[in-house]
Amino acid sequence: MNRTKGDEEEYWNSSKFKAFTFDDEDDELSQLKESKRAVNSLRDFVDDDDDDDDLERVSWSGEPVGSISWSIKETAGNSGSSHEGREQLKSRNSFSSYAQLPKPTSTYSLSSFFRGRTRPGSFQSLSDALSDTSAKSYAPELGRPKGEYRDYSNDWSPSDTVRRLRKGKVCSLERFRSLQDKLQLLEEAVSMHDGNVITAVLIFLKRTLSKEILFRELEVRQVALRHLIHFLKEIGDQKLLLDLFRFLDRTEELALSHYREHLNIRDPDKRKEFLKTCIGLPFSAEDSAHIQDHYTLLERQIIIEANDRHLESAGQTEIFRKHPRKASILNMPLVTTLFYSCFYHYTEAEGTFSSPINLKKTFKIPDKQYVLTALAARAKLRAWNDVDALFTTKNWLGYTKKRAPIGFHRVVEILHKNNAPVQILQEYVNLVEDVDTKLNLATKFKCHDVVIDTCRDLKDRQQLLAYRSKVDKGSAEEEKIDALLSSSQIRWKN
Amino acid sequence: MAFPHRPDAPELPDFSMLKRLARDQLIYLLEQLPGKKDLFIEADLMSPLDRIANVSILKQHEVDKLYKVENKPALSSSEQLCFLVRPRIKNMRYIASLVNADKLAGRTRKYKVIFSPQKFYACEMVLEEEGIYGDVSCDEWAFSLLPLDVDLLSMELPEFFRDYFLEGDQRWINTVAQALHLLSTLYGPFPNCYGIGRCAKMAYELWRNLEEEEDGETKGRRPEIGHIFLLDRDVDFVTALCSQVVYEGLVDDTFRIKCGSVDFGPEVTSSDKSLKVLLNAEDKVFNEIRNEHFSNVFGFLSQKARNLQAQYDRRRGMDIKQMKNFVSQELKGLKQEHRLLSLHIGACESIMKKKTKQDFQELIKTEHALLEGFNIRESTSYIEEHIDQQVSPIESLRLMCLLSITENGLIPKDYRSLKTQYLQSYGPEHLLTFSNLRRAGLLTEQAPGDTLTAVESKVSKLVTDKAAGKITDAFSSLAKRSNFRAISKKLNLIPRVDGEYDLKVPRDMAYVFSGAYVPLSCRIIEQVLERRSWQGLDEVVRLLNCSDFAFTDMTKEDKASSESLRLILVVFLGGCTFSEISALRFLGREKGYRFIFLTTAVTNSARLMEAMSEVKA
Repeated sequence: MNRTKGDEEEYWNSSKFKAFTFDDEDDELSQLKESKRAVNSLRDFVDDDDDDDDLERVSWSGEPVGSISWSIKETAGNSGSSHEGREQLKSRNSFSSYAQLPKPTSTYSLSSFFRGRTRPGSFQSLSDALSDTSAKSYAPELGRPKGEYRDYSNDWSPSDTVRRLRKGKVCSLERFRSLQDKLQLLEEAVSMHDGNVITAVLIFLKRTLSKEILFRELEVRQVALRHLIHFLKEIGDQKLLLDLFRFLDRTEELALSHYREHLNIRDPDKRKEFLKTCIGLPFSAEDSAHIQDHYTLLERQIIIEANDRHLESAGQTEIFRKHPRKASILNMPLVTTLFYSCFYHYTEAEGTFSSPINLKKTFKIPDKQYVLTALAARAKLRAWNDVDALFTTKNWLGYTKKRAPIGFHRVVEILHKNNAPVQILQEYVNLVEDVDTKLNLATKFKCHDVVIDTCRDLKDRQQLLAYRSKVDKGSAEEEKIDALLSSSQIRWKN
Repeated sequence: MAFPHRPDAPELPDFSMLKRLARDQLIYLLEQLPGKKDLFIEADLMSPLDRIANVSILKQHEVDKLYKVENKPALSSSEQLCFLVRPRIKNMRYIASLVNADKLAGRTRKYKVIFSPQKFYACEMVLEEEGIYGDVSCDEWAFSLLPLDVDLLSMELPEFFRDYFLEGDQRWINTVAQALHLLSTLYGPFPNCYGIGRCAKMAYELWRNLEEEEDGETKGRRPEIGHIFLLDRDVDFVTALCSQVVYEGLVDDTFRIKCGSVDFGPEVTSSDKSLKVLLNAEDKVFNEIRNEHFSNVFGFLSQKARNLQAQYDRRRGMDIKQMKNFVSQELKGLKQEHRLLSLHIGACESIMKKKTKQDFQELIKTEHALLEGFNIRESTSYIEEHIDQQVSPIESLRLMCLLSITENGLIPKDYRSLKTQYLQSYGPEHLLTFSNLRRAGLLTEQAPGDTLTAVESKVSKLVTDKAAGKITDAFSSLAKRSNFRAISKKLNLIPRVDGEYDLKVPRDMAYVFSGAYVPLSCRIIEQVLERRSWQGLDEVVRLLNCSDFAFTDMTKEDKASSESLRLILVVFLGGCTFSEISALRFLGREKGYRFIFLTTAVTNSARLMEAMSEVKA
C-alpha cells in the first residue's frame, strides 16, 4: 500500500486524471487517528439513532439494496431494532398493558395508535370511527406472528411516512390509494418543506393518478406544482411537461419549453425546420417576432455558409484568401452575422442575402447598431475610405458633413482598438464636440496636433506648457508648441 | 491597515473538526466496499474532496484508480466500481449506461454509488427505471460543510441558487437543516435565532423539527455561538450584482476563486506556469489585504516589499554566527513571504490591466448612479452601448438586472428595446434567459397593475380561500417588487458624503463599494443584531415582501457566556459574496463581534447570471 511519491505521480498519470491534486499532509496518519478519536467521542450525539444506524449500515456492506438478502435483513431490522421498530415495540409493550392507556376518546380509534401519531383535527373516516370501538379490531392482531408486524410498521400515518422519507428510508407508498390519502400525503410533504420528499410523493402520484387528476390537484398546490415542473424538466419528460402547461393554460411557458428543444439539435437544417414549427406557437407578440427572426437568421446563415464555403475553397476570391474564415457563421448572433457580412460582403448589392444592407433591412437593425458594426468591420480591414464614407453625408447644397449616430468619441475608440494610424484618429478626434472629451481622447491617443490646437484655441498656456514635456525632444510637435508659446499673437488666459 | 481584531474579540470555534468528520465518514463508506476498487468522482466534488483528503488516504482504503465522471465510456477494469457523485439525474444515467453495458457484455462487477451530501428519490427512480436498482448499492456521504477558512463554511452547492430561486425546488432545504443540526450538536445550541426570507423560514422550521425529533442531544450543552441569522439571497440581489472592489472580491470576480483556491495564470505568476494558490487566513500577505479596498492594496504591497527588502538587507552586516541564525530561522519565512508578495503583486497588476481595458471606472460610475437612482437615462444608454458592442454577455445582463431591481422593473419601452438588442448581439436563444430572469424577479418589466395579480385573481376564483392564500404566497415568493429605492432610504444605504470618502480609514460598511453603498444584506443583519429583534423594522420587512418570513426565536441566555454572545453565525441561502463577508468582518471589528459565515456557495454577479442563463457556454 505504501507507494512512494513517484508511484503516486504514475498512478495519477495512469488513471488519466486531470487537474486533481491533493495537498500533501505529512502526518495524515496521526491526524487520522486523532480524528477517529474525536469522532468516536462525538458518536453519542452525531449518530442520530444509534443501533438502528449500525443495523442499516450492515446492509450497505455488500448486498445491494433491493436484493432478496437485503430485504430480509431490512425486515428483520425493522421488526426489532430500528427506530420505528422501537416505537413499535413501545406501543406493543404498552399495548400488553393497555389498561394503563388513557381511554381512547370517541373520535380517535384504537387502531390509530398503530399508525403512530394522528394529527389532531385530521380526518377520521367514518368506518374508522364505527368499527374501531371494540376490541375486535385489535384482538386478532395480537396473535399475529412476529414477522407480520411489518405490515404494521408499513402502516404509517401520512406525517410519519413523510418523516421517514425525509430520513431517506425505504418506505412504500402503495397503501395510499384513495385520492384523499394521496393528497394528505402531499400536503404533509409540502408542510415539512423538504423538496426531496415532495418530489418522492409526486413521483408516486404521477404513477398512480391519471394526469388530468394530478394536474387538477396540483393547480391549487403551487409549491408541489413547481416541484413537478422541475422534476419533469430534469428527467426530460417533455411530453408530460407540455401537457401540464397546456392544462394550466400557461401558453407562454408551453411555447418557450417547446422552443428550448432546439438547443439540442445540432444539424443546422434540422434546427431550422424545428424553428419553423415554433413560429406559430403562443409566444407573446414581442417574442413571436424574435422567434421569426431566429428562424430567418438561421435560414440566411445556411445560405451564406454554403456559398462562402464554396467561394473560400475555390480560392478565387481575394478577401477569403487574405482573411480565411476562422469559424462558420452558423448559429452566430445577428450582430456577429452583420459584422461578418460587412467584412466579407460589404460592397454587395442589396439584393443578395449576404449584403449588409439586406440584413439591416430584414432585421430592422437600428442605424446606431449598424454603424457601430460596420465601422468595426471596415476598421479591422483598414478600409479607411469606407470608414470615411460611413460618416459622410451630403446636404442639399452638396456640401459634405460628417455625422455619426453613435458619437465621435465612440468612433475614435473603435478606430483606436483597430490600430488606426494617427492621421485617421486625429481626423475623428477633431470631430468630437465636447472640448474636454476631445482633449482627453487626443492626449490618450497621442494626437499631438489636436492637443496643441485645442490648447491654443482655449488659450490655455499652462496646459500647453505641460504638454510640451510629453512630446519627443526635437520633434515637429515640440517646434510647433515653442512657436505658439513665443507667439505674441495669442492672448493667453493664464 | 489590515484591521487588527479588537483584543476583546471572541475566539472562533475550531471548525477543522468538520473536515476530520467528513474524511472519516468517507473512509468508513469506502471500507464498506472491501477490496480494490476504482473511484469515479464527479468534477464538482473534486475540489471539496481535495480539501479534506488526499490520494494516499484513498489508496490506504484500496482505491485503485481515480476517474472523473464524464460522459465517456469507462475504461476501468476493476471488479468494483465506486461512484462519488452529487445527486443528479445525469449522473444516474451515466452510471446506468456503464452498468447496462457491463450487463450486455455479460460482465458482473460490484457497483456502489455514494451520494453527497444526500441521495434524492428522483435519482433512485432513475436507477429503477434503468433497471439497475439492486445492482448498485447506494450510500450517502453527508459532507455538507466545508470549512474554507477559519470563519467561512461553504456547502459548495452553487445549484442551490437556481434550484430554489428559479425553479422553486426545495430539495436542498433538508440539507441545510441537517447541516445546522450538525453544527448545533458540535458547537452547542444557538440561543438567539433570526431569519428573513421564505427559504430561511422553511429551513429553520425543518431544522427545529429535526432537533425536536432527536431532542436531548443539545440540551445541557453550553452554546459556543450566541446567534444565528438566516437570510435568503433574494432579500438582497442588489449587493450580489455589484462589481466587487475589495481585494478578495475582486480576485473572485477576475480569476474565480474555486473552493477557496485560485488558479493564477502565467500573467500573474510571471513564469510560464499556472499556479494553484490557497487563499485563506494562513496566507499572511493575503490575510492583510483581503478585506481592503483595492485602492489601498498597491500601497500596502509596496510597503511590504520595502520591509522585506530591508530584512534581507540586514544580512549584510552579519558575522558567520548571525548569518547561520538568519538562514536557519528567518530565511524560510522571508522566502515564503517573498513568494506570496510577488504573487499578489502579480495578481494586482493583472487586475489593473484587465480593469483598465474594460473601462472599469466608467462601469463603476454607472453602477453607483443606478444605486443612487440618478441619471437613469444615461445609465440605460451606457448599458445599451455595452450590448451593442458585444461586451461580455454576462456583464450586460448583470447591469440590466441591476437597473431593473433598483428601478422596480424596466419601463416597457426600455425593456423591449434592450431585450431586442441583447438578442441581436448575443443570440436569439437568450429569449429563454430573459424568461428565467423574469421568473426569478431579477429582470422585470414595469406593468400597470401587475400581471401577476391578474393571474392570481384568475386562479383564485377557481379555488377556495385557503388555497388562494397559498397561491398568493407562492407567487409572491417568486417574482416580487423590489422596492429598492424605498428600502435604501429607510435603511440609509447610500451614505451622505461630505467631501471624499476615505477608503483607507473606512467609517462604515459602504467602504466595500467605495463608500457609495452599504450592502443591504449586511445592513439588515446589523440592524437586527442591534435590536435583538425585528422590532421597528416592520416597514423594511414589508418592503422586502417578507412580512410572513421574518422571525426571531430567543431562548434563555443564562448558559451563554458573554463571549459566545458576540459570535454570530450568518447563513446565506443562495450564496454570499466576498464583499458581504468583508463588510461584516468590518462590522464585527467595530462592534466587538465576530461573524462566522455559512453559505450554500460563495457567489458573485457572474455566477448568479450564469445560473440564470439558459445557454451554457
